[in-house]
Amino acid sequence: MTGLAKWPLKAAAFITGEDFWRGIVAVTVFLIFWEIGSRSEALFGFSFPWVGQVPAPSAVLKEMYRLILEPSFWHSAYLSTARVLEGFFAAMLIGIPLGLAMAVSRTFYGISFPVFEVLRPIPPLAWVPAAIIFWPTQELSIAFVTFLGAFFTIVINVIGGAQSIDVRYFQAARSMGSSTFDVFRRIILPGVLPSIVVGATVGIGITWAVVVAAEMISGGGSAGSMGGAAGGGLGFFIWNSYVGGSYTQIVAGMISIGVAGYISSAILRKVGEWMTPWLAEG
Amino acid sequence: MSIPGVSLQSGRKGGVRIVDAVKMYGSQEAGVLAVDHCTFDVPAGEITVVVGPSGCGKTTLLNAIAGFHSLSSGSIYLDDEMLCGPGKLKAEPGPDRIVVFQNGALFPWKTNIENVAFGPMMQGVMSRKEAYEKARAMMADAGLRGIEDNYPGEISSGVRRRVEIVRALMTDPKILLLDEPYRALDSLTKSVMHEALLEIFYKNRVTIFFITHDLEEAIFLGHRVVIMTTRPCKPKKILDIDIPHPRDYSVLTTKRFREFMDETAAAVHEEATKAFAAGEKER
Repeated sequence: MTGLAKWPLKAAAFITGEDFWRGIVAVTVFLIFWEIGSRSEALFGFSFPWVGQVPAPSAVLKEMYRLILEPSFWHSAYLSTARVLEGFFAAMLIGIPLGLAMAVSRTFYGISFPVFEVLRPIPPLAWVPAAIIFWPTQELSIAFVTFLGAFFTIVINVIGGAQSIDVRYFQAARSMGSSTFDVFRRIILPGVLPSIVVGATVGIGITWAVVVAAEMISGGGSAGSMGGAAGGGLGFFIWNSYVGGSYTQIVAGMISIGVAGYISSAILRKVGEWMTPWLAEG
Repeated sequence: MSIPGVSLQSGRKGGVRIVDAVKMYGSQEAGVLAVDHCTFDVPAGEITVVVGPSGCGKTTLLNAIAGFHSLSSGSIYLDDEMLCGPGKLKAEPGPDRIVVFQNGALFPWKTNIENVAFGPMMQGVMSRKEAYEKARAMMADAGLRGIEDNYPGEISSGVRRRVEIVRALMTDPKILLLDEPYRALDSLTKSVMHEALLEIFYKNRVTIFFITHDLEEAIFLGHRVVIMTTRPCKPKKILDIDIPHPRDYSVLTTKRFREFMDETAAAVHEEATKAFAAGEKER
């Protein structure tokens, strides 16, 4: 209640705060250097390495403005977002119980951890060909690879979080008459929560990285799939821009992914703060 | 099972008798002996302070009483009931023996009042409402008003320790087991905490088993001070401190207090030297 009542104050404090202005200055300076770099050919008579080939931010901005009004761009963004959310929630849904089971049961840990550790280092993108073969639709293949991106991070964080809960908390809970289930519910679950938040925040970032790559590989059409409307997404959008030679559109697509990833992580961080109020500072 | 010779003072509860307790870590041949045929009494309704060098095995003894670890042999009784002994070397943890831990064990994810109300709710002896009412009253009684809805991370470590002691008292334990609870506190805070603990003790008359390596703290608080040898630990000297309770900080400057200090300082210093030398050898 008080938290809700305070938010306009908090927002005001944020805008007048140092961090906010530091952020604004940082982004502005970055854009200025980028703009100068992109125009280096015209300004200095020679092209800066790498940045000289990149479209200028002004051009990208113009392109983004055009894209914002374009339904097909939003459709791509929607497809990618949907896949990220599918993969992410599936990873949470399967990863959290699995991690908890591995942390709680020594036997289960002994059985599952070696397999888990062998599979974990395999990059999600290395799964793409196998995923395309084993899953009936292209959509499912992409969702599966996306799922893997977040899954391992979440599981590892849950295990680590549960194992790092201080033994004193268990002893204290036991002394005060807690049952095994009480210990699980009131000690292990809240004790693991901060690690779940970290795992989820990192995991959703990986999910964005993976979904885009998977979309680039799997392409845009319904070729070879039974799903009909499969393919597309921001990854395909960028790839398509590359094939079509629209460099501003490539950069605009990249930035939209960056923004989407930033928003996802920010939302998760907020949800995390709300779920772990005892970690709040001050 | 009744034990001959345990003096139950005027019906007070929480007397502990430790009989020939041995704790060996590791195997029979290569193991480390932590507790060596240790026998002494913790009289009911009194404060017994165990003093010994760090790592001497005092905490091992406390863990055996609390039921967190097993003994290798020997037995421990609480009043006339065997906690652990031959055939059952590990006691069951229970709300009649609550530990206040060295670094504190308030659940950081629960507010202070949730922490204090935790025990009775877990045991199902009180409804949520009753537990909160009792918790609120007991916290107010201990001078802990106004921090009920804060998290333990938001209050100072001295106040945290007081909350934890109140949490321990909520379950009406027979004995409080305090494992160097004030170790991390500065000496000024410590002196405040000692008087607060005594105040709580005078109100509740719960038996207290207190571990420390601070001799002054031991003599100031204890009815009985048990000085331990360095590892393996067993009682080297047991003193009954006849300075009358209730005590306050003026006791520290009395002649009797200095006499107790003089009497024990040599013994404690000798063991500390041994512990130091042993530590040097290990390295």
